[in-house]
Amino acid sequence: MTSLIPPATSDRAAKVMLWVSASIAMLTLLFILGYIVVQGLPVLTLSFLLESPRLSGAEGGILPAIVGTFCLLLVTLLSAVPIGIGAAIYLAEYAPEGVVTRIISFGVECLAGIPSIVIGLFGYAFLVIYLGFGFSILSGGLALMFMILPWVVRVSEESLKAVPGGLREGSLALGATKWQTVSRVVLPSAIPGITTGVILGIGKAIGETAVIMFTAGSSLLMPTSLFDPVRALPYHLYILASEGISDKMAYGSSVVLLVMVLVMNLAAVAIQRHYGRHHVRN
Amino acid sequence: MSEIEIESRNLDLWYGSAQALKEITMAMPEKKVTAIIGPSGCGKSSFIRCINRMNDLVKDCHITGELLFEGTNIYGNNVDAVELRKKIGMVFQKPNPFPMSIYDNVAYGPRVHGLRNREELDRIVEESLKASALWNEVGDIPDRSAIDLSGGQQQRLCIARTLAVKPKVILFDEPCSALDPISTAKIEDLINTLKHDYTIVIVTHNMQQAARVSDYTAFFLLGELVEFGKTKQIFELPEKKSTEDYITGRFG
Repeated sequence: MTSLIPPATSDRAAKVMLWVSASIAMLTLLFILGYIVVQGLPVLTLSFLLESPRLSGAEGGILPAIVGTFCLLLVTLLSAVPIGIGAAIYLAEYAPEGVVTRIISFGVECLAGIPSIVIGLFGYAFLVIYLGFGFSILSGGLALMFMILPWVVRVSEESLKAVPGGLREGSLALGATKWQTVSRVVLPSAIPGITTGVILGIGKAIGETAVIMFTAGSSLLMPTSLFDPVRALPYHLYILASEGISDKMAYGSSVVLLVMVLVMNLAAVAIQRHYGRHHVRN
Repeated sequence: MSEIEIESRNLDLWYGSAQALKEITMAMPEKKVTAIIGPSGCGKSSFIRCINRMNDLVKDCHITGELLFEGTNIYGNNVDAVELRKKIGMVFQKPNPFPMSIYDNVAYGPRVHGLRNREELDRIVEESLKASALWNEVGDIPDRSAIDLSGGQQQRLCIARTLAVKPKVILFDEPCSALDPISTAKIEDLINTLKHDYTIVIVTHNMQQAARVSDYTAFFLLGELVEFGKTKQIFELPEKKSTEDYITGRFG
């Protein structure tokens, strides 16, 4: 049976439909960004960025929340990167193919599927109570590490596996050991991919609320040590909005949060460019 | 015949339960070029990769028999494959420069083996690039990425990288199969020069290349060594019918 619609017409129809889908995706983003920026811009002043909040955040600024967010991310980064890349190197380069490796990979995938609120609860029970870290930067940062670890492992593993086998052979054929080969040739070649993965992971962590509300606390004071509680930006935003403290301030905080994510993505691009200059352009 | 550098005795190789090499017995003389020819799947690459124990990396690869290098069985118990590969270098089918600068590529081997002295490294890099006929082309741009070089230059860089480790033997696994005729000619010229200082074993698909560069030729077929002898003799007066058929282009 031949179709009633001529091929040229269906071709054009498909093109229009695909264009509409792409446009809706793009417009959604622009609409959300535009709305938030328009709502938030009026409160965005230097004092908003550099002052502490007053009246639970109805007035003043958000400096402690910005600092708190950075502190949490620093702990997350410093713990997730070495552990994640280490696990990825083991899985990609050393682990023999077999049951154990498959169990580890499966475990990592399961970890990725745990809802963040459950990780928050676990972080509360294990880090805050059992290990006695209390509501603190340390607890919050480590709990966020649990959340992004599978992501970092997965992306790093894929990046390592994508490094051509010929490079490993070339290095080994020169009398390099396995570790020399991995650390001097394979890992540097995988850095652009790993960096992207880590930064996207951090991007997920930066907006995470459920994990930190149980672990990092909600103090609006400036932290002075790893064991001080902090209120991260997304949680501050949640409290401002949900308790009806100030919508304006909530939108202002949103803009700051979005800018932080944007800066992070730009950093990813810059790092990729820097490390990517030796990479194949075919 | 000069001194024997590498000798294979009854070498068998299996990938799982598939036997890829059967009872290979042959001797490769010092500072000569030995070519290994044969149709695809005849085991010539498997064989050359035995010589620097590259097959150790292949899962389920199993080897019996002996492979002697300087009189020692390299599959013996107390042989360290990493140490062995410092003495037996390898150039691969596809140029595989590391994604780093030209200088760092050549200095990689010496650095991995602990050399830190910058002057010494400079000297080795210059010598190696000169010996691989690349100095005139890249001597003034050592910091350029190796990836920017042409395919033929990359392959010569891989040769320079191998020379920098000061091996005794260089294995070439179809080094020109990804290169154009001019680059191929340069590599062949280089092999002719290098054989004064190194023992060379080259696997090639190209019979003319074997005839041009080698002193000895081994013809492999279906995992067996059919015939081994002086290149001139193999090409002009082969003893076996299948060698003659392959060389005259009746199959393969």
